[in-house]
Amino acid sequence: MNHLRQLEDHSVYILREAYRHFDNLAMLWSMGKDSTVLLWLARKAFFGHVPFPLLHVDTSYKIPAMIEYRDRLAREWRLDLIVGQNTQALAAGMNHERGRVECCTALKTNGLKLLLEEKGYTGIILGVRADEESTRAKERYFSPRDKNNDWDFRDQPPELWNQFKTSFPPDTHIRIHPLLDWTEINIWEYIHFENIPFLDLYLNKGNGTRYRSLGCAPCTFPIQSTASTVPEIIEELRATNVAERAGRAQDEGRGMEMLRKDGYM
Amino acid sequence: MATCKTDTQAGASVRDRLNIVIVGSVDHGKSTLLGRLYADTGTLPEGKLEKIQAICKQQGKAFEYAFLFDAFLEEQQQGVTIDTARTFFQWAGRQYILIDAPGHKEFLKNMVSGAARAGAALLLIDALEGVREQSKRHGLLLSLLGITQVTVVVNKMDLVEYRQDTFRAVETEYRDFLSRLNVTPRFVIPCSARQGDNIVHAGARMPWYTGPTVLESLDNFSSEVDKTEQPLRLPIQDVYKFDACRILAGRLTSGRLRVGDELIFSPSNKTAVVRTIEAFNVDPPPTQARAGQSVGLTLNEQIFVERGEIICRAPSIPLVSTTFRANLFWLGRRPLATGTSCLLRLATREVECRVTAIHRIVDANDLSSETQTADALVRQNDVADITVQARAPLAFDLYADCEDTGRFVLVDGYDVSGGGIITGMIQDREDTLRTGARQRDFAWVRGNVTTEERAAHYGHHAALILLIGPDATGKTFLAKQLESVLVAEGRHAYLLDPENLRRGLDADVRNGDAGEMIRRYGEVARLLMDTGALLISTTNSFTLEDDRALDAIRTLVHPAPMLTVYMSRDTGPAPAAADLCFTGPEDFTATAHDVLAALKRNGTLTDATGTPSGFQVSI
Repeated sequence: MNHLRQLEDHSVYILREAYRHFDNLAMLWSMGKDSTVLLWLARKAFFGHVPFPLLHVDTSYKIPAMIEYRDRLAREWRLDLIVGQNTQALAAGMNHERGRVECCTALKTNGLKLLLEEKGYTGIILGVRADEESTRAKERYFSPRDKNNDWDFRDQPPELWNQFKTSFPPDTHIRIHPLLDWTEINIWEYIHFENIPFLDLYLNKGNGTRYRSLGCAPCTFPIQSTASTVPEIIEELRATNVAERAGRAQDEGRGMEMLRKDGYM
Repeated sequence: MATCKTDTQAGASVRDRLNIVIVGSVDHGKSTLLGRLYADTGTLPEGKLEKIQAICKQQGKAFEYAFLFDAFLEEQQQGVTIDTARTFFQWAGRQYILIDAPGHKEFLKNMVSGAARAGAALLLIDALEGVREQSKRHGLLLSLLGITQVTVVVNKMDLVEYRQDTFRAVETEYRDFLSRLNVTPRFVIPCSARQGDNIVHAGARMPWYTGPTVLESLDNFSSEVDKTEQPLRLPIQDVYKFDACRILAGRLTSGRLRVGDELIFSPSNKTAVVRTIEAFNVDPPPTQARAGQSVGLTLNEQIFVERGEIICRAPSIPLVSTTFRANLFWLGRRPLATGTSCLLRLATREVECRVTAIHRIVDANDLSSETQTADALVRQNDVADITVQARAPLAFDLYADCEDTGRFVLVDGYDVSGGGIITGMIQDREDTLRTGARQRDFAWVRGNVTTEERAAHYGHHAALILLIGPDATGKTFLAKQLESVLVAEGRHAYLLDPENLRRGLDADVRNGDAGEMIRRYGEVARLLMDTGALLISTTNSFTLEDDRALDAIRTLVHPAPMLTVYMSRDTGPAPAAADLCFTGPEDFTATAHDVLAALKRNGTLTDATGTPSGFQVSI
């Protein structure tokens, strides 16, 4: 438990720094386990309040249960929910069959870009974790993005002693990553410990499968699993050697490095 | 939607956490060691090794363990780590984050960013190449970052035929270097990351070595130092008013606090008692907090304190000054010179500062240093001994006493560009007055009426409006106008002319002791402002020059706000301290209203005047 409190204290500190330094701040919420823990941590940091809007970049291909869950929590927790969608790309018929990286770029990366342009956010809080995927392992807590949303990973600013990058040139923005130090197991331990409501798509409901990572329905695949409770998920993760995002199609080859350099979450 | 039961202890199998950074010169094998550690402990994700091996085969190059963590295409193509990677590793009940730092000189800022997150370090040295300049620079930076738990790993023993004498030579040289930084390595381990000797398994090729393997040595590091027994330091991060109550938010960097504790705020010298410790989804609410925790506090009275102040408890309070001496590592592209200005960030305080002296620049190679001339420059990646002067006094500690409030970063332009640890406080000109004022404030006896209640009653906060400038520019005339206008509006304003102290309070001051007269003036101003008054005054009677008098008065009435109004006949440059400037005004009523407008802008005057219902007395 102590290690979860340590992680919580650090994430809360980061969230409070973000809130203090950015006038136009928002948090991305995909309804997955990570960004829901992030949302919970915001309620911790601000004593039950979430003093900035939550953004959901809706690709229109999400599993319906995710949308129901989103709207229910938004109501119960009085969230300022903003849903963005790249309607132009959807109208032009974009889907995963045109290529997974193309589809992610159009509906997620560009969907986010459109939302950022429209609202002019200068700080975006995201629930990415360093252990998910190897380019995320190289992220800063406060990570600058240029005018085109590009990530210049060759030249990241120094970050030390909880002094984060909070000033930046006009037309650029900062991505804030309070969950970098959390592992997948920590996320589930914390959900269990704090009794955070989560989507039951993550649980086996008798058919021997569950989702380990949630995304768009066509590109996210369930895993074989008998875990039907959170402690069983934790038990299963401790024993496994399979990567968390093995069920996420866009991770194949160098997909993520290319996507992330161009502004993908 | 699913929820889970909360009856079981989550995470029971993790004893503690520790971040370890892997440092050392470029190509000495840091990423390879990391890859080997994962591969030989069987902790790599399934298929990861095979995936990288397949990519290597496809590209026609030999497999390297380093490719497991050098994620960027560019890193793999150049065979060099560009940026720090966090990797997660669980072993023997401890959750590690192993931080792979780049060794190339060009990426020193990334190495520092990685190492600053760590509680311990593995420092690699290539047995064939021996100790390099970067090996030493990394050692020096570790000591400045406060990382004293270090294990030295002498890698690539396969390239020197596993010879003990080669190992001993490297060991002796580096131990000697570290001892001059007062660092004693936990272990010095000979190994070959490429061949796997002494990483996870001892192997048979170095029978002369009987110490632990790299994996075994990790357990010898202690996890984060518990700072709960140190003096309380809680830098205020923010003040929230989401509901009716006002919550001070921040993270205890050391010490502990309980409901009912009497707190001191530095540098404002205010005091208050902890009423509650606020928390979300914690039942029952906490009654105490300890080092490392992010908390929210409410106080027994509404005092005005802001981000940047440090909460502490008597008698272990931080130092307060504008000036200190520090050891700095500089990562910025623009060199630092004497006189360079940048932004100082210490805990949650931000203040403009200037480098006022560069004493020495440390040569990482032999740790020698030369006293610098006035035109010395601190260049990118240099370590230097400097003096820093902030524009306003701030609270801090010496690094040796309190780590987190004893170090700072400098921000140049948009980026954090350097970090330093404070080695000494330097008494500035106001030190004597400030020390006296702090003691006076800590012991101040208060009635039941709070400052906030007075402000609500009068419709304004207490403040000092000080008119400065050359003789015969109408300062006294304007001061009288201001008093009249303010009182006519219903404000509690008073003209405090220093001349009125001269024959009464100052009657015993000998030989026109200007310093003592100003001290007495400041104390009178402090008393009157404690009544909630808006004071209007001039510096006419002081024989000191304006900036000296201003600094002294500011120190004595601190932290009450001061509005400095500069009056002159000509349009020459106004002093930097002036908040408002008027040149030869003719319509003094209009000028007085300009001053009132400034007081409204800075929040001293509220729109409503005198709200008598705010304060009630029951007898």
